[in-house]
Amino acid sequence: MSKLKITLFISSLVPAIWLVYALLTNQLGANPIEAITRDTGLWALRFLWFTLLITPLRWLTGWNQLATLRRMLGLYVFFYALMHMLLYLWLDQFFDINDIIKDIIKRPFITIGFFTFTALIPLVITSNNRMVKRLGGRAWKKLHRLSYFIAIASSVHFYMLVKQDKAEPLFYIALLVVLLGVRLYRHYKNTRMLAVSLN
Amino acid sequence: MFIAKKRAGEDIASSEITDHQVYLNRRQFLNGSATVATASLLPLSLVNANTAPEPTFKDLQKSPFSTDDKLTSYESVTTYNNFYEFGTDKASPALLATNFPDKSKPWRVTIEGECDKPGEYDYDDLIRPFTLEERIYRFRCVEGWSMVIPWVGFPLADLIKRAQPNSRAKYVEFKTLYDPQQMPGQNRKVLDWPYTEGLRIDEAMNPLTLLSVGLYGDELLGQNGAPIRLVVPWKYGFKSIKSIVNIRFVEEMPNSAWMKAGPREYGFYSNVNPDVDHPRWSQSRERRLGEFLKRKTDMFNGYEEHVAHLYTGMDLSKNF
Repeated sequence: MSKLKITLFISSLVPAIWLVYALLTNQLGANPIEAITRDTGLWALRFLWFTLLITPLRWLTGWNQLATLRRMLGLYVFFYALMHMLLYLWLDQFFDINDIIKDIIKRPFITIGFFTFTALIPLVITSNNRMVKRLGGRAWKKLHRLSYFIAIASSVHFYMLVKQDKAEPLFYIALLVVLLGVRLYRHYKNTRMLAVSLN
Repeated sequence: MFIAKKRAGEDIASSEITDHQVYLNRRQFLNGSATVATASLLPLSLVNANTAPEPTFKDLQKSPFSTDDKLTSYESVTTYNNFYEFGTDKASPALLATNFPDKSKPWRVTIEGECDKPGEYDYDDLIRPFTLEERIYRFRCVEGWSMVIPWVGFPLADLIKRAQPNSRAKYVEFKTLYDPQQMPGQNRKVLDWPYTEGLRIDEAMNPLTLLSVGLYGDELLGQNGAPIRLVVPWKYGFKSIKSIVNIRFVEEMPNSAWMKAGPREYGFYSNVNPDVDHPRWSQSRERRLGEFLKRKTDMFNGYEEHVAHLYTGMDLSKNF
């Protein structure tokens, strides 16, 4: 592993380590369970935004080594999302399967959150080199476009669960609009240039 | 005994005492004395000699309405607050309301609308006629957490009786202070300020309904709704409006701040009801702060015997 990767690996663990430390030292306030559930979810979202930042950053800087970091960031999305999900299943529902099913059906933001999480699973399974080879670059790329859908669904999940002050989810939605917008813009520009050159 | 107490109240009203602390000391002396009748005959100087600095309220009358559930820690009660006037996260109110309310501005409460004795009172004058007591209530937030809080206050019914509402007074509407200089959260229009709440007159007259001026034996802190707030223990916490400046008797059902914000999510009644879910939160269980496992939520937050009769014949899933 490159130095860069090791640095990223360790720094991506910092939020998790901090949360455990804060929990053990009673720094998460009067409702620590709510706090860690919320924070792990927020970190999953942030890491997803980081993965989506890699490509535009590469365009901007021409630093192609960045692409090698994306997989790790993606796996951290899953790591934090898994914590978030497990905390919900355990400390919110106490693994009561009937309650969980009822909850997923009844509360729309849980429904969305649940399916968003499951959509991460095929991406994790196909994240290693062997799977990339097996699927072929094109199919793999296509499958991993699912991350755009996951990002949009996570935003909706976040937006819906916030009671009244939507400023924080709207901030992340605005960032996402930029992250997806630059892709659309580039795609549009490239196809037009292609059309011009074909004429 | 009742007569003696009443006479004590008149005694204070006719005296020159306006200082809140002195009043409270006297009140706690009276409350604490086993011989109230004798106390009321004591010269004022003797009463004033009792100036123990804290807690502010001592030897408060206990209430049969109090629960013996374990109290939520003072720290949790004073640091985990929903008070959007001081920010929308739980920690902000404790950080931003440290000087609230501004001591240099007198706290005025207006009582008006469909009543024979409207008036505008300074805080001290407002609460002077009433006997403060301790009420330990369960407090259930619509977000699915709960606390147990030892409030200090007096029944809202006592105040309403003094205001003498007329026959058109079907509801009582309450408003929080609007002062963005003191309440920075009001600079953002998260809710339709000022915060407004309402009760049906029979709900307001129910002996459980409390006007609170303190908790844990001390005066309310800013984040808990100083200097005076409502406590309606069988309803979700947001009904218990904080930092009240206006009480109005009205004929039509008031539109609360949360009803305006989300009419499908927040109804006028907002009674704690494990069978009626909020779209965002299941209401069947709750997390009592300080506890690991969730507990089942009780109908009317466990106050069914006291309040169920208020809603006989009503479909509570429609009147949520």
